Amino acid sequence: MKLELRGITKRFGAVTANEDIDLVIEPGEIHALLGENGAGKSTLMNVLYGLYTADEGHIEIDGVRQNFSGPGDAMAAGIGMVHQHFMLIPVFTVAENVALGHEPTKAFGVIDLAQAKKQVLEISERFGFNIDPDALIEDLPVGAQQRVEIIKALSRDAKILVLDEPTAVLTPQETDELMEIMRQLAKSGTSIVFITHKLREVKAVADRITVIRLGKVVGSAKPDAETSELASLMVGREVMLTVNKKPAVLGDVVLEAEHITVLDDRSQKAVNDVSFEVRGGEILALAGVQGNGQTELAEFLLGLRKPLGSKAKVNLNGKEITNKSVREVLESGVGFIPEDRQSDGLVSEFTIAENLMLNSSYKSRFTKGLNINFAARKRIAKELVEQFDVRTPSAETVANKLSGGNQQKVVVARELSREVSLLIASQPTRGVDVGSIEFIHEQIIAARDAGKAVILISSELDEVLALADRIAVMYRGKIVGIVEPNTSREDLGKLMAGVTA
Amino acid sequence: MSTSKEIEVKVGLKSPIVMGSIGLLTLVFLGLLGRDGMVAFEISRRTDSLQLPTLDIDSSLLGVLSGLAMFALAAFSLSRAIKNLKTPIWVSIVFGAVGVTALLGWLAAEKSVPIAFIAGTALVLAVPIILGAMAGIMSERVGITNIAIEGQLLTGAFMAAVVSSITDNFLFGVIAAMVTSAFLSMILAIFSIKFLAQQIIVGVVLNVLVIGVTNFLYQQWLTEDAQNVNFPGTMDIIKIPVLSDIPLLGPVFFENRITVFLAILIVPTIWFILFKTRLGLRARAVGEHPLAADTVGINVGRTRFWWVTIGGSIAGLGGAALTIGNAGAFGREMSGGFGFIALAVVILGRWNPIYASLAALLFGFSIILRVWANQVSPGIPTDFITMVPYVVTIIAVVGFVGKSRPPKALAVPYVKG
Repeated sequence: MKLELRGITKRFGAVTANEDIDLVIEPGEIHALLGENGAGKSTLMNVLYGLYTADEGHIEIDGVRQNFSGPGDAMAAGIGMVHQHFMLIPVFTVAENVALGHEPTKAFGVIDLAQAKKQVLEISERFGFNIDPDALIEDLPVGAQQRVEIIKALSRDAKILVLDEPTAVLTPQETDELMEIMRQLAKSGTSIVFITHKLREVKAVADRITVIRLGKVVGSAKPDAETSELASLMVGREVMLTVNKKPAVLGDVVLEAEHITVLDDRSQKAVNDVSFEVRGGEILALAGVQGNGQTELAEFLLGLRKPLGSKAKVNLNGKEITNKSVREVLESGVGFIPEDRQSDGLVSEFTIAENLMLNSSYKSRFTKGLNINFAARKRIAKELVEQFDVRTPSAETVANKLSGGNQQKVVVARELSREVSLLIASQPTRGVDVGSIEFIHEQIIAARDAGKAVILISSELDEVLALADRIAVMYRGKIVGIVEPNTSREDLGKLMAGVTA
Repeated sequence: MSTSKEIEVKVGLKSPIVMGSIGLLTLVFLGLLGRDGMVAFEISRRTDSLQLPTLDIDSSLLGVLSGLAMFALAAFSLSRAIKNLKTPIWVSIVFGAVGVTALLGWLAAEKSVPIAFIAGTALVLAVPIILGAMAGIMSERVGITNIAIEGQLLTGAFMAAVVSSITDNFLFGVIAAMVTSAFLSMILAIFSIKFLAQQIIVGVVLNVLVIGVTNFLYQQWLTEDAQNVNFPGTMDIIKIPVLSDIPLLGPVFFENRITVFLAILIVPTIWFILFKTRLGLRARAVGEHPLAADTVGINVGRTRFWWVTIGGSIAGLGGAALTIGNAGAFGREMSGGFGFIALAVVILGRWNPIYASLAALLFGFSIILRVWANQVSPGIPTDFITMVPYVVTIIAVVGFVGKSRPPKALAVPYVKG
């Protein structure tokens, strides 16, 4: 089945997310759609899938013009989609999820679960997915959930499979498995549209590459193209893919954490007896697949979560901060970049200046007695906006009007402009454009070179390898190994999957 | 390669402590300090063809025995908790049953306990709550908060009384109640789905509206012309042959008005549709993750609309059960909070029709308990007695396995891109 997108334009109000995009997907090819976050890839695919209606342009399948008024039509035409955020219902079983929408039934609309399970098993076995049709989705690891999504698409006879950022949530091993699955599917005649911003993966698996920037197609390439060439197409200029950093100059121990056990929201041990230390002038990366306790550990260090048991002990510059309140922890010199800037990093309805003083709202350079020193705030905000390269009309602009990268720069500016001896940066560049990533990385390195201790929590292996001086890999709430940054991806991947040497 | 999480749930000592304390209270107040005199538990009614002997026991002895039994259950719960195991549901249920028996025995010292009468009346009183809860479940399972159950019940009660009176036909009354209530629910559905209104506010407004309108019409019309428009009487009691002769079960379940029979049929039907059929799977999907349902071609808006509307018609039937199924005429604000109790029952029953109905029965029981306690032992503060079933409920809920988990997309409007 040949799929053609002709002149697709999609606008949201004044913003043009896709502009005059042409794309041809040949039968049985793996076509990578490469672009930064926010380039308009997902919008384009949602148009293809019937979730959005295009303002201009149309879709053709085997030369026949299509009119999709909803995902049902797209599916009927043979398009399957694996969304970035899985479209699975956590409290349903695998079989129920796969069957949903085209359920096999017996008399009176009673679901034929046996038939549904059989279908899951059949596809699962054909591609070696190893999925239990009776398992509840919420009990499955993300890799398995993704395979369920693929089964879901295949069970509807999808001839074209769209995978939207499929590797974002996977371990390197799971990523390799997924690529193998993609090759297998392509061999059996399914076309695959692979949406990603990760160059390494594109080069490994794609037959053809189309690069999208700012909602437009800016070029296409073969997978044997140079990485730097692809990157510059993607960003529109030359980028430094590696970060220049001097060797670490180690200072005194800044943070000592011993025997830390923390429960998550479901009262299960998210962090299980973890101990580590960080010195001034070094970046310790906490690597690992998301959901292995990194988030809870960061929240614990900040004082948002209480430790379990009495053995836990945290010292900051020799002073104990275990069980201290968040305010006390912040005052003792900890800066924190939370992993979700939208919900935890910023008050999106506040202006940049207001956001910059969020954690220094008392007895600080922003205040005068019990009042806000508006003149000082204005001046400081203006300085910080310049210093941290926040692209905004003014410091009085409301935060949610900024792009993700600029929002994150505001958070970074707030945390690094205070007197801190420890910076905890949790997923500092998630959903951020390449330009801002570069800038934020430089700031983190600068903080380290200024003798601060940095804990970097990231699920992006590239980021970890570029920045870290030491890498601690977390798996199921434990640190399964602390390794040097020159460790190979394969070895790190094994650690992230819990395989210890 | 898998990252599935280990389940390490800590079982607290809540259940054994609560159970132990209640057992102690029972032992002391209903047993050792209890009332003397024999109490007779009547299994058969005097009118029954098949007569079973009554069970006689001394009231305070029953209290002591019950207290000890409750201690035993608490000890069992404790032994489970120490091994980090949950208290099974049956323990909670048995515990509740023992407690209630002790209470009944205490109240009826030197008298008798008409079990069939109490159970049967509890069922009749619970029917409006049960049906209201079904409306709540059908609505909330597809993701729409239904605060308007009270209004739906009241609408049904009013229409059933008036239309039955005017047409002199109960069937028309029931149909009118269901249809009008369904229309009322459509307002909730349309405002929630189409105009993305705050569902709780729409629900509250509907309640206030219905209370206002029915009060006005009651005052201006029904009281003026009661003979013609508010004198429907109650439907006949139907005895199902053979089945109604079974001791205890017969009089309770198989000798009732049609509204009760309908409720008994509707509850398992909704359960079956919800959990076994395609319709139900899709409805639950819409309530859990509407976007996922949309991406497999399920029309979210339409699904929500029909489930809310049909739920409304079932609440309308519940309203009819209040007037032509029990009281015999419409009275000012006669739903008297049943709709809100139904709301609580939905949550207590964890959005499951069967559990919710059991919870509703408990409320029915507490209503009849107050009336009966007043008759059998005048002078005992009945408000205090009425509290007891709720205390028992709380224990049952404390002991229940797992937390109550509402549909994920409850009260969240679905906006398509």
